[in-house]
Amino acid sequence: MEESSAITGFGWGRRGDEPLPDTPVTWLRAQTLTPDAAIFTGLGESADGLIALRTQRSEKIRDNSLVKPVFQAEVAAQMEQLLVSEQPFRERLAWFWFNHFTVSLRQGDTRAVIGAYMREAIRPNVTARFSDMTLAVMRHPAMLMYLDNTSSTGPSSPVGLKAHRGLNENLARECLELHTVSPQAGYTQADVTAFAAVLTGWTVNMNAERPGFQFRANAHEPGEKTILGRTFPEGEEGGVAALQFLATHPTTYRHLATKLVGHFVSDAPPPADVAHVAAALHDTQGDLGAAALALIELRHAPRRRSVGERTDKFRTPMDFAVAAMRALDRAGPRPSPDAPHSPAHTLAGALGALGQPLWTAPLPNGWSDRAADWSAPADMMARADWAYRISAGVHEGNPLDIAHATLGPALRPATIEAILHAGSRQAGLTLLFSSPEFQRRQTC
Amino acid sequence: MLRHSLLIRRRSALLGLAASWALGRSSLALAGTPDGDDDPRLVVVILRGALDGMAAVTPYGDPSLTALRRDLLPPEPGRDGGLLDLGGFFGLHPSLSGMQRLYAAGQMLPFHAVAGHYRSRSHFEAQDYMESGADQRLSSGWLNRAVSALPKNRHGAEGAGLSLGLSVPLLLRGPTTVASYAPEGGRRPDADLYTQIAALNAKDPVTGPAFRNGLTALGFSAKVLAGDAPPPAPGGQKPGAFAILADAAGRMLADQRGPRVAALEMGGWDTHAAQKGRLAGPMRQLDMGMDAMRLALGRTWDRTVVLVMTEFGRTVRMNGTGGTDHGTATAAFLLGGAVAGGRVAGTWPGLQAAQLFENRDLAPTSDLRAVASGVLRDHLRLSPSALTNVFPGPAVAPENGLVKV
Repeated sequence: MEESSAITGFGWGRRGDEPLPDTPVTWLRAQTLTPDAAIFTGLGESADGLIALRTQRSEKIRDNSLVKPVFQAEVAAQMEQLLVSEQPFRERLAWFWFNHFTVSLRQGDTRAVIGAYMREAIRPNVTARFSDMTLAVMRHPAMLMYLDNTSSTGPSSPVGLKAHRGLNENLARECLELHTVSPQAGYTQADVTAFAAVLTGWTVNMNAERPGFQFRANAHEPGEKTILGRTFPEGEEGGVAALQFLATHPTTYRHLATKLVGHFVSDAPPPADVAHVAAALHDTQGDLGAAALALIELRHAPRRRSVGERTDKFRTPMDFAVAAMRALDRAGPRPSPDAPHSPAHTLAGALGALGQPLWTAPLPNGWSDRAADWSAPADMMARADWAYRISAGVHEGNPLDIAHATLGPALRPATIEAILHAGSRQAGLTLLFSSPEFQRRQTC
Repeated sequence: MLRHSLLIRRRSALLGLAASWALGRSSLALAGTPDGDDDPRLVVVILRGALDGMAAVTPYGDPSLTALRRDLLPPEPGRDGGLLDLGGFFGLHPSLSGMQRLYAAGQMLPFHAVAGHYRSRSHFEAQDYMESGADQRLSSGWLNRAVSALPKNRHGAEGAGLSLGLSVPLLLRGPTTVASYAPEGGRRPDADLYTQIAALNAKDPVTGPAFRNGLTALGFSAKVLAGDAPPPAPGGQKPGAFAILADAAGRMLADQRGPRVAALEMGGWDTHAAQKGRLAGPMRQLDMGMDAMRLALGRTWDRTVVLVMTEFGRTVRMNGTGGTDHGTATAAFLLGGAVAGGRVAGTWPGLQAAQLFENRDLAPTSDLRAVASGVLRDHLRLSPSALTNVFPGPAVAPENGLVKV
């Protein structure tokens, strides 16, 4: 059970019949202590995406023909990484933090940079300090574009006075509410406004040879600003200091710990677990690697052992589709992720069909990871229908073997019975992927 | 500002026993009980992201308006691309021409300067409170509790209500079960395999009811919607996702075996920048959706009230980027053959600095719960005790005269 839950609960599901880790704790710890092994070849930087976007705009190219290939290459490469990763815990952490700092295609024309955002701002910081990730996110063109900060202007700055422009508080508000301290910090409208003023001038220079982040001093609101009682100087360093302050605020640590435990343990985060992770963040000034180690320790909390407490999480559509496709995976040569019917493309299509289209969260708070949000009748019907369609393309393997491999001890006798009586490989696999136990990942 | 310390939740896909289908930024959920064919119908449309009520229903007669948001204003009524006049003081957004026709026919009632009972400027908290109908986030929505109070049907409620979309709003979640409809998505298992899947999940508290209701809805919607395509939109425009759902809602509500209550949602309203351009699309979608629903309802439109509401309004002054930030009071709409429309309801608070809420927002003069209560009492005929259950907490007097008697 232990081995299986490490790979399903903290990872993305077992890939085919890959060997299970001998010692799950060691296996999980190693992923937080070794660097990200993902290799993304042939993908450019966010500057390259912005050049494509700039050229489309200046040459009035309306069919997205320059940005589209950039985006498609990102989708293919990053979906492939989910399917083949041998550091699935690290991979789950990366997607968790992307969702925490959500950027979505729904706003801000982010298509050209959203893939690079994951690789440049999120992945390198998965085991760094939270303040490092926050700063990387807030300076990244994708976030500045998504939450409208590129045009936010200090009303008393030279640009503001000349052009009669002013603040846009979108990024500042969501950074306070969603990314860092959360409403528990008791901030006021004045704090939001002040923080928006702090962030004026944080924009994207589209005209540079390599477009990217720029602090535009003449659009920055002059003077000191006060947020939550702390005063920050004028200038770019004021923004850096404010983000450092917010990212290391005790309330931020509690907020992050609650979200992490909610994702890695249970929809109802046990207070003792939250306290454990919050303490790890607090003691290390927000070291996300330490937080990841603290999550691993939760699996062996004495309380949990003494009462035999078990927890699971209902799979989101992304969890579900990745786990199903990893379960169906076979060793051997893989088609290029860019090929039309590659597993990577199938996965991206599945996310749309199941209601969680890639990088398209409706709002800045990202996708839910709670059972209540993904278990409606239409959700379950969509899963059964997708399972039926994908199973049609499976021409080898015994469904029962696949079921044992992917579910381990969680596989129930009733499901075994149903698969044994299924009239076809397609029906057997559809039953496996529609079973109640496949809708969940065992966490602790 | 934020008085409660609830966890932030994703707002657009909260699901309970109910379900729904999402298309782009829109989704729809339905509930109700089959009964006689003269039952009133109620539709609630949630505009997620905070509609700028002053852009939807612009007080062009207010002398303070121009100084506050000159660059956001369309021309006055009668000019090319101008506001659509609503009686000399207010003008409707230029894209809402269908809704203006309904206004002229006495079937549309804008309600101005309404706000929820909460004062949060967080989308996520405010939507939770608006849909809970309470000063805190509840596990059920006020519309689900209203459905619970409807007269019980003769055929049993299980699977009789229906929801459409991958996300059922909190508004329609709760103890009363609603089933779901999802547009055809390609090849599907046959009935036998579906039955096996349902049996495999039967005892599961989460997936069991979901599959049961999903299968019921599959049968129901296949009957009601078989072979029909959405109607062509006026002017040959492609119907948007919202219009498709509004059409489906209308047709299902028109069926006498169908649901009595529906909820739809639509995004695209969070206009922090370049508001003037960005609002035209969502406004047009809303207008086309209301028209599609009216056409699909046919004669049932006469027994229908549609409440269009949003979580809060936006700042009265334009911000620094041609948009508006999160505010307080906004506009709501009632539409339908049963609405006593043709006037702008509510009390206009004025736009002078001292009249604004916290010197930035339109001041609220009506409670959104009072508007909803007025509809529930006079249209769905809910009793005072049922209303207390629908909107727990401090009592609010229902608005009078919203529907025809």
